[in-house]
Amino acid sequence: MNFELMRVVLFSVGMAALATVVMLPPGIALAWILVRRPFPGRTVVETLISLPLVLPPVATGLILLRLFGRRGLIGQWFDQLGIEVIFTWKAVVLAMAVMGLPLLVRAARSGFEQVDRRYEQIAATLGAHPVRVFLTISLPLASRGVMAGAVLGFSRALGEFGATVMIAGTLPGTRTLSTSIYVYTQTGQDASATVLLAAAALVAFAALFVSNRLSAVGL
Amino acid sequence: MSVMAGVPIVLDFTVHQGSFTLEIHQRFEAQAVALFGPSGAGKTTVLESIAGLRRPTAGVIKVGGHVLFNSADNLDLQPHARGIGYVPQDVALFPHMSVRKNIFYGTGCGASMSPDTVLRLLEISPLVDRSVTGLSGGERQRVAIARALMSGPELLLLDEPLAAVEQSLRKRILPYIERVREELRTPLIYVSHSPDEVRQIADRVITLEEGRVVESSTEHCRPTEGRSTADRRRLP
Repeated sequence: MNFELMRVVLFSVGMAALATVVMLPPGIALAWILVRRPFPGRTVVETLISLPLVLPPVATGLILLRLFGRRGLIGQWFDQLGIEVIFTWKAVVLAMAVMGLPLLVRAARSGFEQVDRRYEQIAATLGAHPVRVFLTISLPLASRGVMAGAVLGFSRALGEFGATVMIAGTLPGTRTLSTSIYVYTQTGQDASATVLLAAAALVAFAALFVSNRLSAVGL
Repeated sequence: MSVMAGVPIVLDFTVHQGSFTLEIHQRFEAQAVALFGPSGAGKTTVLESIAGLRRPTAGVIKVGGHVLFNSADNLDLQPHARGIGYVPQDVALFPHMSVRKNIFYGTGCGASMSPDTVLRLLEISPLVDRSVTGLSGGERQRVAIARALMSGPELLLLDEPLAAVEQSLRKRILPYIERVREELRTPLIYVSHSPDEVRQIADRVITLEEGRVVESSTEHCRPTEGRSTADRRRLP
């Protein structure tokens, strides 16, 4: 594998890992809130989070482009801070995180749903503040679901194409595994595309293997 | 009957839950109270209301001078701020922690008891390095009581502590609970539907039936010297 292909693989894995780190805190918080703190309008929030699962990824990408573009609702704030998101590596992470989040939230949610409230209640009677209850009881007991969600989110991030193309393009500095395979195929560089295909299969296999191991040992 | 000073407790509240209504209006001083009555009488509801796990519809709950709940003032202390130790019927040991971690869980949160005393009284030292999954019913019960005591509660609530223990082992658990009462002087409220247990432990018995207190008395409690087993069997 030449240097350029290696760089694409490492960049993709790195960005997907970063996207997973970025989506974990809001993903876990959302999952926990949806399970333990029912609020009016919960269904609306649930639907919004799941939207990227059913919307064409290119459409999600377009929404992100409108939001994070220089004159976008969120983009203008970044612009004032001198931070450029669109067509940079940050856009890659953003697209990956948004597309991976629904899978993380779903798995983490079922993890929290399986935690017996009894343990949380008893921890509280022992004097534990709600934050301590969450960190020492709820989260460890839901860890299987959260881990499964993280692996799913990571895998989804790694395979992300549509939204990435829309907001990060296929510039040399923002090319991921998926977008590179597309570009190489379109430009007749079949050998390079095949090498990346093998790399993608290998990484996906490793991620699923780890996920299956985790559920087998019952983390 | 008891020589120990009791703790003033006010349980004056109602809980409406579907078609079930619990009503209790009790003010007393006691060291060990037994809540006695058939299943479905509302015994666990009383404990959960004191522990802050269930919000009464209206009323007042006070333990040792501290107001835990008062609907008139819209006061409802969170469970972690109440200082009430609660051992539920299913004991609920944290399954992802060792016995040691379970026992010491509540010690980081303020007042606590000397570990040596608690471990000695409940004879838990040989168990501390084990996982909670390998414990017998009686061991689980003792670990759960130790865990609750270690958080230094002002009042200890025990929900049918012998229900999950085999008949033959019950006589071996009761003495531990008596030790808690006698040596640690931790006041306790003990739920049971067995008259034998109630008499051995309590200095006041509150009898509940269908959400109502049908009797609250200090008579016929704690066996005294000279009272025969046969006598005790006849009581309430």
